Amino acid sequence: MTTRSARRTRRRLQAGAAGAAVLLALSACSSSGSGSSAERGDSAGKAGSAAEGPAGEVTVFAAASLKESFTALGEEFESRHPGTKVTFSFGGSDSLAAGITGGAPADVFAAASPTTMKIVADAGGTAGTPVTFARNELRMATLPGNPRKLSSLKDLTRPGLKVVLCDEAVPCGAAARKALDAGGVDLTPVSYEQDVKAALNKVVLKEADAALVYRTDVRAAGDTVTGVAFPESAEAVGDYPIALLEDAGNAEGGKAFIALVRSAEGRKVLGGAGFLKP
Amino acid sequence: MTPAGARATGAAAGSGTAGPSAAPSRAGGPPAAGPRTGGPRAGRPGRRRVRGGVPPLLLLPALAGLAFLVLPLVALLLRAPWRGMPDLLAGAAVWQALQLSLLCATAATGVSLVIGVPLAWLLARVEFPGRRLLRALVTLPLVLPPVVGGVALLMALGRNGVVGQWLDAWFGITLPFTTAGVVVAETFVAMPFLVISVEGTLRAADPRYEEAAQTLGASRFTAFRRVTLPLIAPGVAAGAVLAWARALGEFGATITFAGNFPGTTQTMPLAVYLALQNDPEAAITLSLVLLAVSVAVLAGLRDRWMRST
Repeated sequence: MTTRSARRTRRRLQAGAAGAAVLLALSACSSSGSGSSAERGDSAGKAGSAAEGPAGEVTVFAAASLKESFTALGEEFESRHPGTKVTFSFGGSDSLAAGITGGAPADVFAAASPTTMKIVADAGGTAGTPVTFARNELRMATLPGNPRKLSSLKDLTRPGLKVVLCDEAVPCGAAARKALDAGGVDLTPVSYEQDVKAALNKVVLKEADAALVYRTDVRAAGDTVTGVAFPESAEAVGDYPIALLEDAGNAEGGKAFIALVRSAEGRKVLGGAGFLKP
Repeated sequence: MTPAGARATGAAAGSGTAGPSAAPSRAGGPPAAGPRTGGPRAGRPGRRRVRGGVPPLLLLPALAGLAFLVLPLVALLLRAPWRGMPDLLAGAAVWQALQLSLLCATAATGVSLVIGVPLAWLLARVEFPGRRLLRALVTLPLVLPPVVGGVALLMALGRNGVVGQWLDAWFGITLPFTTAGVVVAETFVAMPFLVISVEGTLRAADPRYEEAAQTLGASRFTAFRRVTLPLIAPGVAAGAVLAWARALGEFGATITFAGNFPGTTQTMPLAVYLALQNDPEAAITLSLVLLAVSVAVLAGLRDRWMRST
C-alpha cells in the first residue's frame, strides 16, 4: 500500500514537473526573442560576407505545438551547417504574430494557423508567400487508459465530466469550435485555456477529464494522456504555414531552415511528432 | 518625559479608542529605554519639510523613476481607441469580468486579513526555533513566478493534489475551475504583501504596551485585540490595500489554478490577455477600465485609511 501510494505520488510529481517545465519553457522562450538582437546584427554581417551557405544565428518564432519537432530540426540544422545556431521562441501563434508585427527580431515564422500568418502578412511582415508545411488534427486527450470510455464528441457532454478547451482566440480553440459545430455538439467546458499546452496540462495533471488538443500534443505527452480520434476532427484540420520574414537579419539562414523543414528529412521528423503531410 | 508624550500621541493617532489608555502611563516607566525606541516615532505626528531645496542628485533619479512608472500608462491612454469604446463597453462580458475581479480581490484580501495578521503577529512577537526560515518561506510566493505558484497550488489543492484529493473524497470540494479557486490563487499571491507590511509595523510598534496590558490582567489575546491591533491599524490597512491591488491584477496563478471561464473564473486580467490575442483594441479598453477602477479605489482608500502614515 505504502509503495503503491509512493509510486503514485512520484508519478504525479513527474507529471507535475513536466507541466511546470513546459510552462517555464514557454515563459522563458517568450522573453528570449528580444535579448538576442545585438548578437544577431553581428551574425547577419557574417552571413552577408560568407557566401558559401548559411551562417550565424537563425531566429525562429514557432507555434507551441511545434516545440518538439522544431527543436530536433534545429539540432539537425546546426550539425549540417557548422557555425550556425538556431534560436527558437515557442508560444501561442497569436502572441508571436503580435510580437513580429511589433518589431520582435525574427527570421522565420511558423504559425499554427493561416489566420495568424495572415496577421503578419497583412502587416507586410513576410518576405514571399507563406507555404503550408504540415497539418494537424484534433484529438480528445483523456486520462491514461481512457477510464471514462470516451469515444465521440457527444460523450464530452456527459454530466460530471470536466472538459477544457482552448480559448477561441487561439488556433486550437477555433479548431475545436469548428469540430463541435460540425458535430452539432453543444459543449460547455469548465475552462477556456490560453494555449494548447495549458489545455493539455489540465488533463496531464488530472484536473480535467478531457481536452480537445492536437494529435501532436497527445503524441508529445507520451503515456500521461490517451488520445482518442473522433470523426468530426476531419472538419477541422489545421494548416501550418511557414514564411521568411521581411525584416530577417539572417535571410539566408532563414531560407535554409525553411528548406530543411520542407525536405524529406523535415517531413520525417514532423510525421514522427504526429503531424500530417501538407 | 517628552519622548513618552510623543509616543502617547502616536498611539492615540493610531487607535483613537480608549483601548490603550493604560499604555501611556506605563510606557513612561522605564525612561532609559525611551529615546532608543521613541526616537524615530517622535517625528511622526508633525511631518518635517526638507530645508534648502531638493538636491538635484535626488531630484533627477526621482523624476526618472516617476516618468518610468507613469509613461506606459500615458501611452495606454494615448493609444486608446476612444471612438470604439462605447460599443466595447456595452458588452456584458466586460462588466461580468470586472465584477468578478472586484469580488475575488476583496474576498482574497479578507482571507489574507483573517489568517495573515495572526501569522504576522506570530513572526514578529513569538520567539521559536526556525523563525527566520519561516519568515523566508512566507515571502516565497513574492519571488515565485505566479504561473509556478498556480502549478504548485494544483499539486496541493487540485482534484488530484496532495490535500485536494481528500477535499474531493471527504467533502466533495474541488477548487480548480471555481470562483473559490480564483480566491485561493489570489490569496496565495497577495497575502505575503499583507504579512510583510503588518510584520514590519508590529516590529516597529512598542511591545511594552502589550506587556503593560497583560500586567493589568488582560490575556495575551485581549492585549492583541484591544492594544496591538488598534496600534498597528495603519500598517494593516496599508498591507490590505497592497494585497488587494496585487490580487486585482493577478493573472498567472489564477489562469493556471482556476482556469478561464466567463462569469466563473474569468477575471479582468484574463479577459485582457485573451482579448490581446485577436483584438488588441478591446484589450486596451479593458485595461483602461481596470486601471480606472483601481485608481479610484486606491485613491479613495488612501485618503480614508492611510492619512496617518
